[in-house]
Amino acid sequence: MRKLEFLLALALAGAMIAAAIAAPWLRFVLTIALAKGIAVMGILLLLRAGQVSFGHALYIAFGAYTVAFLAPRLNDAVLLLVVAAGGAALLGLVIGLFVTRYRQIFFGMLNLAMCMVFYSLLEKLYHITKGSDGIRVEIMPVAGQALDRIAYEWTIFGIALALAFALGALLRLYLVSPMGEALKGIKTRETRLEFMGVPARGVLLAAYVVSAGVGGIGGALIAMTSRHVTPLLSYWTASGELVFIAILGGAGGVLGPFLGAAAYELIRVYAAASFADAWQMILGTALLLVILFAPGGLWGMAARAIGGRSR
Amino acid sequence: MAEWFQDNGLLLGLALLDGLSSAGLIFLVAVGLNLVFGVLRIINVAHGSLYAIGAYTAASIGLFLSTRGLPQWAALPVLLLSAALVGAVLGPLIERFILRRIYAGEEVVQLLVTFALFMILEDVQKLLWGVQPIHHDAALKLLGTIDVPFGSDFIPFTNYQLFVLPGFAIVTLIGLAWFLRRTLTGRVIVAVTTDREAATAMGIDAAKVFLLTFTFGAMLAALGGALSSPTAALVPGIGAQTIVLSFAVVATAGLGQIEGAALTSLMMGLGRSIAVYFEPELEVVVPYIIMVLVLLVRPQGLFGVIETRRV
Repeated sequence: MRKLEFLLALALAGAMIAAAIAAPWLRFVLTIALAKGIAVMGILLLLRAGQVSFGHALYIAFGAYTVAFLAPRLNDAVLLLVVAAGGAALLGLVIGLFVTRYRQIFFGMLNLAMCMVFYSLLEKLYHITKGSDGIRVEIMPVAGQALDRIAYEWTIFGIALALAFALGALLRLYLVSPMGEALKGIKTRETRLEFMGVPARGVLLAAYVVSAGVGGIGGALIAMTSRHVTPLLSYWTASGELVFIAILGGAGGVLGPFLGAAAYELIRVYAAASFADAWQMILGTALLLVILFAPGGLWGMAARAIGGRSR
Repeated sequence: MAEWFQDNGLLLGLALLDGLSSAGLIFLVAVGLNLVFGVLRIINVAHGSLYAIGAYTAASIGLFLSTRGLPQWAALPVLLLSAALVGAVLGPLIERFILRRIYAGEEVVQLLVTFALFMILEDVQKLLWGVQPIHHDAALKLLGTIDVPFGSDFIPFTNYQLFVLPGFAIVTLIGLAWFLRRTLTGRVIVAVTTDREAATAMGIDAAKVFLLTFTFGAMLAALGGALSSPTAALVPGIGAQTIVLSFAVVATAGLGQIEGAALTSLMMGLGRSIAVYFEPELEVVVPYIIMVLVLLVRPQGLFGVIETRRV
């Protein structure tokens, strides 16, 4: 199964590259999908512990605005990615220290609250953030190389793909490590975990910091691709979208977030192009159908089709 | 201090009156959400859409009837009837055909089903009513204004906002408390809230209670929307704004707490309107600050009951 998953990931990457070559506008859509997939891996980690964050758009927006703010001073995509990841992880640590004291609905709602506070700060502090107009992000050098627009877009796409692979492999390791196994313990019965001497809050906090860090990376990639950041990145519906992608793709495996994100972005683009006023309705209906008739998500369907278990 | 009051006293008075009327609206919506969560254990994201649809339906029925020579006094009953209509139609539809299928599912799946519903209803609303603001304030005009004595001055304020909105909230609070504690149906609902299994074992038809509660909650959301419609122009997005605020109220009050929801709505309504007049940047943030502060001190919410830890 492990080998199969790797092959499937390779096939998916190949399909993405082929699609990006065939249609340049798909390159944009797929880079965004990869960025969101990376962020959704964090959601997946928390879902293992049975906790739903309805506020992880906060870390995406934080990563994106980090890029927008620092680009004039720290003009390099690689450096900015590192700073965005580190900054988001640090913010995740501070907020995590507070929110990991809570579970279930309180955990979800406190995350939502943080995300909405960030949203209103971005919107209202006009003299710093330019409010709902947002900030433009210029094309920046990557690892010291100045690039023209086409080369830049291909490079960001490549970086997103490489990061998706690297982080996906790390997430796999994390999930089978004792830390990952303990997350499942939080879901089934936290008290028992504590009886065994495992600090449940610490386990959840570590996962939370990781999820914030990958959120920051996803946000930085989104800012570099769309080259425009607005407070809407942090609105609560954007957080819902991340959980949506996680469930659409299937929470069973590392490939799920990327399958989900690619499907989500493609449906969204096509639906918005053909039915401008009804794209949300189409996405919502797709989600309902998946939940009601394919509870394992896209990854679950794929795994069943090739005859393995969805893990 | 005395000098500050001299300068800002009237503004503060206006803020208090505004806060009172918006607290009434917040309560109507939040208490419905809270009731539904208490019984079904589902946080209904689509509750905000029911609010928006209630508002739009009331406004368009009002507009339609006013062109047909409806007597002035009927403006208020029209609001109530539209709310009842929306709740009675959409409530059973949603509960029967969608929610019923996922009661056994995971929490995240339940949350997402209502999120999908929210997305669908949001577009239904745009398709039916368009994106142009709709305004119909017959009920507001009908009742006229009053000069509220404040110190040595008077503050002009509409009777509708001063009496009708808080009035409905108070009637709902008292009526609901009486219904849940003194009538058989109410006690059955409380029994299911407290212990679904035991209640079912005693012969209570849980499915019926779910349907009843959800329809009632939907009516309350639609009532909040209908009552709000004369006070502001209706635009897309009001549902999304309302639901996040109600989330904050429910989490702060403690789950399943009616009096708690009333007190929290009052705190948040007043806090928000004071912010509007004195620190407008903070308006959206205030409810979340209140929520975070309350949960820091009381992790189970203001009136929440600590659940026993299971081993």
